[in-house]
Amino acid sequence: MVERARGERSFVAPPTPVVREGAVAARAAGENPPAEPVFRIRELSIQYGAFTAIRNVTLDIPERQVTAIIGPSGCGKSTLLRALNRMNDFVPHMTVRGQAYYRDQAIYSLRCDPVELRRRVGMVFQKPNPFPKSIYKNVAWGARINGYTGALDELVERSLRAAALWDEVKDKLDESALNLSGGQQQRLCIARAVAIQPDVLLMDEPCSALDPIATSRIEDLIDELKTRFTVVLVTHNMQQAARVSDLTAFLLMGELVEMDDTSRLFTKPSDQRTQDYITGRFG
Amino acid sequence: MSAGGAQFRPRLQARRTLGWLFAAVCVLFSLTSLLVLGVLLVEVFRVGWPALSWTFIRNLPSVLFPEQAGIWTALIGSIWTVAITALAAIPLGIGAAVYLEEYAPRNWLTNAISINIANLAGVPSIVYGILGLAIFVRWLEFDRSVLSGGLTLALLVLPVIIIASREALAAVPDSVRQAAYAVGATRWQTIRHHVLPAALPGIITGVILALSRAVGEAAPLIMIGALAYVTSVPGGSFEGYDHSLAGVWSWLRDAMLADFSAMPIQIYNWTDAPQKEFHVLAAAGIIVLLGGLLTMNAVAVGIRAWRQVHRTW
Repeated sequence: MVERARGERSFVAPPTPVVREGAVAARAAGENPPAEPVFRIRELSIQYGAFTAIRNVTLDIPERQVTAIIGPSGCGKSTLLRALNRMNDFVPHMTVRGQAYYRDQAIYSLRCDPVELRRRVGMVFQKPNPFPKSIYKNVAWGARINGYTGALDELVERSLRAAALWDEVKDKLDESALNLSGGQQQRLCIARAVAIQPDVLLMDEPCSALDPIATSRIEDLIDELKTRFTVVLVTHNMQQAARVSDLTAFLLMGELVEMDDTSRLFTKPSDQRTQDYITGRFG
Repeated sequence: MSAGGAQFRPRLQARRTLGWLFAAVCVLFSLTSLLVLGVLLVEVFRVGWPALSWTFIRNLPSVLFPEQAGIWTALIGSIWTVAITALAAIPLGIGAAVYLEEYAPRNWLTNAISINIANLAGVPSIVYGILGLAIFVRWLEFDRSVLSGGLTLALLVLPVIIIASREALAAVPDSVRQAAYAVGATRWQTIRHHVLPAALPGIITGVILALSRAVGEAAPLIMIGALAYVTSVPGGSFEGYDHSLAGVWSWLRDAMLADFSAMPIQIYNWTDAPQKEFHVLAAAGIIVLLGGLLTMNAVAVGIRAWRQVHRTW
């Protein structure tokens, strides 16, 4: 497998992704000095068996911003997202080259405990996947197994409020989470992720299974969540990326084409392929 | 292509007739099996019902006097045997299933183990009898005891329990596991709190069906030398034992190493007897055995129905 990887690299010259220097710094200007990025990804390649899902991706994800990852189906955006909390570990025959850092921690090193990493880097999935248990337990369980010492009732309320779900469920906390509507279930999953008080929230197409009203509620929520969390959002919906994100990375066939301020990427992309994608010429 | 569909020849009538014919054949076949079962039950009840009484259930066996013979030792022997089978096979079976489904890497070794287990489920029960004879009776010197019988039947049902449990575990959607991992759960916490509880109804159903198969087995028990004529019930009396933990332990040990009989063996033996009266007892014994089996299966069906209502995903 290593042989193959070397071979690939020798004849496919990796195009240099355009990550505009200062895009992040400019945003932070006027506030504190530019913060360290939460994630630093350096020439990261991930393969499933012989299939290369992402190739030589290098990018930074800044703190307390919404970073969107867009691109056509199969471009590797979910793979990139799942690399950030090592949810890829469960895919058989996965191999990683390059480096990814969460703060100062090398994510793919033996010293990194994925269980600890996932406590810091929470995740919301494409399809709402509440536990087949009560609403209360859905929120409380993660905190409980991680040894939360505070008052659980308070935590549950706080988390459900943060997910804009409290008012709808406060009288039926003991009911099964599966009785909720799809949009409510997804907000419950957000509450569950928030309850372990993570640093980062990863969202993998969180609205793709939802109707437009539920979608707009989640989008409003993302806007609020970014005051407390670093949010990384994978979406195939370009309007959504344009609406909610501060930065956008465009992936194509496993490679990072361009990453920039969302407003600039959607108005003045520097790569022709980005231009073609956002104007709907493919994908 | 023309819009009128001149290229289609629907033959609707013929297709419908064919479908109707197929359904009729299916109904016929299922009625046949029902009919066979019905005839069997009617015959057994017709012959055995008059002989069925509390005395029949409570009496010890008798070789000479059919009117005094009862099924008590065989009934209690069966209960002991199935209890030992359950104690041995349930933890082993579920443990193996959890390992194979949740932990084992997908490689040739795991595949080889899986294929072997599937094959073991199809091995004739008499072969397990030979295995039990070699391992438990001879090598471990448990003799022809309840313990040997129970462990032999445990070997017999182990593959069935493993396969049923694996299927139940595999039916738990991966999204549940991912959700647990994503909030920082370890593999053990994920299995303990989410995967096992969700799979439990399926596992219990499989276990009960496997155990009810064990209760009905005669061949492996005959092979290890279980007797049809036993005058005392294993562990039937606590007399002579200390009222202490050590006393209970030695009672338990003696009971497990005692000679025993089991209902299928007793029934087989009665059917084989020359006197007609014993054949009646065989039918009565079958009713008792069927009663036990139906109760176990009813519990399994009940659990499945309960799960249908309380569908968790």
